[in-house]
Formats: sequence, structure tokens, C-alpha cells
Amino acid sequence: MRNWLPFDLGRRKLLGAGLAAAGGAAIAARSALSQDVSSQHQGHQMPATANGTGDAAPLHMQAHGAMITVGDVDDARNGFDPTAMLTDWDLGTLSTLPDGRRLRTYEVEVEDKEIEIAPGVMFPAWTFNGRVPGPSLRAMEGDRLRIILRNYGSHPHSMHFHGIHAARMDGVPGAGVIGPGEEFVYEFDARPFGCHLYHCHALPLARHIHKGMYGLFVIDPDPEKHPEFRDVALGRLRGSPENARWQELAMVMNAFDTNFDGENEFYACNTIAHCYAKKPIRIAKSRPVRIYLANLTEFDPINSFHLHGNFFDYYDQGTTLTPTLKTVDLIVQCQAQRGILEFTFGEHADHEPGLYMFHAHQSEFTELGWMGMFEVVEDVA
Amino acid sequence: MTDETASNQSASPIKRFALLWAVIPFLVLAAAISWLFATNPLRSFENGAPPVENLTYERTILDNAGLRLLIRAGGSEPLKIAQVQVDAAYWQFTLDPPGPLARGQTAWIAIPFPWVLGEAHRVTVVTGTGATFEHEIPVAVPTPEVTSGSLLSQGILGAFVGILPVAIGLMFFPALRGAGPGAMRFLLALTVGLLAFLLVDAVAESFELAGKSAPVFQGGAMVVFAASASFLLLMAVSRRGGKPGGMALATYIAIGIGLHNMGEGLAIGGAFAAGSAGLGAFLVMGFTLHNITEGIGIAAPLLKIRPTFRQFVLLTLIAGGPAVLGMWIGSLAYAPHWSALALAVGAGAILQVIIEVILFMIRNDEGRADILFSKGVMGGLALGIALMYVTAMLVKI
Repeated sequence: MRNWLPFDLGRRKLLGAGLAAAGGAAIAARSALSQDVSSQHQGHQMPATANGTGDAAPLHMQAHGAMITVGDVDDARNGFDPTAMLTDWDLGTLSTLPDGRRLRTYEVEVEDKEIEIAPGVMFPAWTFNGRVPGPSLRAMEGDRLRIILRNYGSHPHSMHFHGIHAARMDGVPGAGVIGPGEEFVYEFDARPFGCHLYHCHALPLARHIHKGMYGLFVIDPDPEKHPEFRDVALGRLRGSPENARWQELAMVMNAFDTNFDGENEFYACNTIAHCYAKKPIRIAKSRPVRIYLANLTEFDPINSFHLHGNFFDYYDQGTTLTPTLKTVDLIVQCQAQRGILEFTFGEHADHEPGLYMFHAHQSEFTELGWMGMFEVVEDVA
Repeated sequence: MTDETASNQSASPIKRFALLWAVIPFLVLAAAISWLFATNPLRSFENGAPPVENLTYERTILDNAGLRLLIRAGGSEPLKIAQVQVDAAYWQFTLDPPGPLARGQTAWIAIPFPWVLGEAHRVTVVTGTGATFEHEIPVAVPTPEVTSGSLLSQGILGAFVGILPVAIGLMFFPALRGAGPGAMRFLLALTVGLLAFLLVDAVAESFELAGKSAPVFQGGAMVVFAASASFLLLMAVSRRGGKPGGMALATYIAIGIGLHNMGEGLAIGGAFAAGSAGLGAFLVMGFTLHNITEGIGIAAPLLKIRPTFRQFVLLTLIAGGPAVLGMWIGSLAYAPHWSALALAVGAGAILQVIIEVILFMIRNDEGRADILFSKGVMGGLALGIALMYVTAMLVKI
């Protein structure tokens, strides 16, 4: 007798009566299953609409059924919280140079750290300041920047900034890659303004990026240098009254290959799979939103950002004060590409409060964790 | 006489001494284990590497509620099931029993997944360390539920591929009876040929299934020793009443074939339970043709005696019945290691009958071993293997 186990699709015509009988049962099975899911929805709807935040997961389930990671990540053990990370900018320590210019000093420490990247899944990361992505550094155009890097990790590391700087400050081998226990100071002027990033440029590059060594590096425009777009520049400048009405969010699209086979098992925005699906980002309907978005996904050539129920203006690399793409609901970024997204839920009557999804529009990435929700509310207390 | 008394007297202190030495090794072992756990002298070997993990999928059930998978954990530390993907998407799941799985422990994973009839799905378990274990469902069909109706239809199928062909093969008996010594020799050689084919087939298949079973079962060793044990056991049993011939030999052939069919039945039943096999009339016909040769093999040693009808029925049931039994057991509780074990036991039994049939042939020809290399025997062997090989082509996928 033969082994019947492997099944060739070409053989399916042989299935005959057995499969036909099975079909009936399966149709019955499916209708039973869908009833089950819809009854679940009703069960969750009652508490969900009451106040929003606490009942996020059931609300999400309404949209995607049972397709989500199970459980919650221990943010306290990780030492970082993806929701807090959205608005946690590192502005450095301010001082004045003898020539009167402003100096910003940042301190960054490298640390090997096991982090929980999805509920119950630990990943041996290499981190800047104990978090992935690393701190979102922010400065103003023209500031003198001094970044002190201390390597407490087990491998050589560096910070390679996407910006204008001297070859000595490039963070590549021979120019700022430092061994364990060493320290290096990167120094350069903050320019050009825009939404930039930094990452470790020690070799092999793919391994150092994939392990979590990257972060946002945002340079706000100096309004005095852009008289023709002074208001726009003021709106971008962190700390100005014009900037205060903006709801600014720092987002890094990343992914993790937990079994080291060169393909990612988990995709996310800010490291934790499904974090903003389970705990939606609250957005005040009346105030505009600005997202500083960078793609640091390793192993996949591109990533993308799609917003539901709305369109946005996009500033590729953030180096212009007028949009490079107007009125789009999807942008694509290759690795290290980044940009600024601006939109509002305050202009159209159709934008009632509720959950508006955002995700990569590669279904695979979405379903492996890179999906979240904006919870638009009338007013944020 | 006096020597014996003396040795009896000295026996009791010696025995006590021997008994003490039967206990001391265990005490040393216990002390070593407690020292190992208490002081951890091997900590210098802890190099920070993640634990070795292993996971084996043993059963797959597709039903109204989605997918259910029986998994068995292996590895150096308890296994944590962190997340479950189906077709590269994370799905909610429940683990029963919940929590980390100890080495060798089994658990059911239930996923409310809306599977698609007739299409393939891939389940991936992600553990706490990020390791992944994949399982393919080649063709999604609902797992047959165990009802009296499904058991009956499986019984009919089992009878069709197991009992019917053996009965048909045995029906050649009257036609073969008139055979002379040359034809008799040819038929016995044909039997050896078909058994040799089954032996190779059973060994190959049980190694294949052993490879799919959980590492804790040590599939390779299990197959070899289960086959050896069944071979030696049947050899010892068959030799109790002298050298078997005639009806006894036919019975042992039937037992060997029956055990082989049992292993096959387990695999087929399990394939149905796993939803990975469909069955066409063409395949059933192939199996039936293939197994007719088995009936002829059983008939060969009987040609010089006059068995009763009842004996024929019994032989048929011994050789073919286990296919039905295997199919039932396989659909109720299938795991690859059970099929591997049944096939290994069958392989041992087949080896035993091959040896007995060869010895029977020699006895039949006044103990002349050189007849084994005669044209008739070589031709019979070749035809037996060729028949099995060609009919197997009908069912090889």
C-alpha cells in the first residue's frame, strides 16, 4: 500500500464523492463560524463605545475578527511604552557657544537588551538608550549639535546621521565606529531642516539595523531663514505657540526577524506588533496631525503607510515647506526614506469621532503586526 | 552433596552483600543529581545561548470552530507558545492546557480561523524566543467526525482495500492446487518476492513516519528495535511447535501481511483525520489490485493440504482485517509515531515469514538448498516483486 499523505493539487480531480460530501459540511461549518463571530461583536459593542480607551481591543476585533496577536506586552519590563514614545522628543541639553550660537548636547548609550517585541516574544536587541527605536532627537536648523555616544554593548557601534557633516563624523568604520567601552562625540551643524534619521553603521550593516539601532533625527526649520513661509516654519518649530496646536507623532516602521532566517516574523510601527491596534492613538478632531515617519525595516525593500477615511499632504524627507505630494492616502518608503505627513479630521462633516485605521498597505506586513488605529475624539482632556 | 550445603550456607551473607551493591549505585546517582541541582557546577557551560526548542505537530482537525492542532513540545526547557500565524497573519488562539509545555507534553492549539475548502493553509507557531515551527495543511477539508456512520464507511473502505483483495487472491487456490513441484516452487518464490517488496516498503515508510514524529520517541531506534522484537518474538513462537509449514506457515504470512496492513490503515485513517487525503475510485482500485498478490502468497503454502472454508475466512480476516482496525484507530487518535511503530512491527513479522517460507521451500524439495537459485525460484521472486512494484505505481502519488 502507498503513502496517501502528500497531496498533489493536480490530483484533486480524483477526489470525487468524498470531497463533494465534505463540501456540504464545510459550508455548514463556515456559516456557523460567521454567526459565532457576529455574536462576539455584539457582545463587545456595548462597553466599547462608552469611553473609548479601555475597550480598544474589542473595538479592534470588530474590524478584524480574531486576527491579532494574543496578549499584551509588558512595557514596564521593556522600559519603554510605544504610546509615550509617539510624543517623547529628546531636545538635548541647551547651552550657548562663545560665538553666541546655540549648542545642543545629546547623550546616547548603547546597551544590549532583550525586549518583548510582541506579546510573549523576546528579541535580543541592541539599543540606543534602552529603547527601540532609539531616542527621537530634535533640534532647530543652525544649532550646533554635540552627540556623545557611549558603547556599553558587546559589539562595535556608531551613530551615522543622515545630515550634513564632515567625513570624520560619518559614523562609518574608521570615522566614529567605537568598540565596547569606548566613547565618541559627533559634532556638526543641524542642517538641512527636515525629517531625518540616524542608525548604527558598524558592519554588517543589516544585522546592526535589524537589531534595533536606529531613530528619528528631526531638524525644525528656523522661521527667520524662511521669510516667505514663516508661518509654516513656525508651525514646524517645536516649542513655538504655532506648533502647540499640532498633534505631532514620531513613528518608525520596523520589523523583527525572530528566527534569524532573513525574513521578518513581526512588523510594527514603533516596535511592538499591534500596539496601536490594541491601544489606539487618541486624536483631537479639532487639531491638525503631523507624523514624522521613517522606514527602518530590514530585509524587505519597501514599507508603506496608508490612512483610512482621510487624505494627507506629504513632505518627502521634510526638507521643503510646501508638500511634495498633495492629497494622498498612501505613501511608500524604501529603507531610510522618511517624510512628514500632515492631515486633520476637523475639516469634513463626514469625519465623525471614531476609529480610523492606519497600516502598511502590504497586507502581509499589516497582518503580521503593522496595523494601528487613530481614535478621533471631539476633545482630548 | 556436601559442597552444595556449604555453598548454601555461605549464600545468605553473600546475597546480602550483593543486595547492598544493588542499592549503592542508585544512592551515588541520587547524590550526584542533588549535587548538580544544588550547586550548579556546570554554570561555566551556560553561554547565554537560547534554549534548544522543538515542536512536533501530531494531529490537525478542521471543523466549525476553525483549526485545532495537537502539538508535542521538545527541547531543553519548557516551551512557551507566544503567538500563532495562519498564512502569515497573527490569529487569536487558545492553548489547552495553557502555560509553558514541558518536554514531551502535548497540548491543543485552537484557532478560530475561517479556512477555505480545498485550499492550502500554513500554520506557524512562534515561541517565546522567536523560533518558528511550521505546519502545512495541504488541502483543507473538514475532518470527518467520529460517528457510527463514518466508522461504517471507513470499515467498508478498509474491507475494500484490505479484506476483499486477500479473499480474491485466495480464490485462486483451487486453480493452483493441481500445480506440480516446479509450479509450487515458483509460487512460493513469488510469495517471497511480494513479501520482500512489503518488507522494504514497510521499513522505508516507517522510517519516514519516524522522521515526522516527535524527537523524544527516537524514531530511528524505535523502528529498528520494534521490528527486531516482533521478528524474534514471532520466530520464537513459530518454532515452539517445530518448523512451521502448511496452515501454520500460511497463518504467519497472514499475520505479517495483517500487521503491515494495520500500519497502512493507521496512516490512511490519520490522513483522513488530518484532512490531507481525498480518495478516488481509481486509487481504491489500485489498492485492491495491489493487495490481490498478498492473497496468492497466503495460498501458496497450502497447496499440499486441504484447508476448510472456515480456515480460508480466518486467514482472510487475519491478513485484511487489520486494515479496517488501523483505519478506525488512525481516524480516532492518529500520531505519526503510532503508524511508524505499527509498520515496524509489521516489518519484523514479514522478515520472519520470508525466512520461514524459504526454509519451507527447501524442506519441500528434500532439503536441497541449491533449488533457491533455480530458474523457477528466480523467476518467481522477480515476478512477485514486479507485480507489487507495478501495482504500487497505481497508488504512488
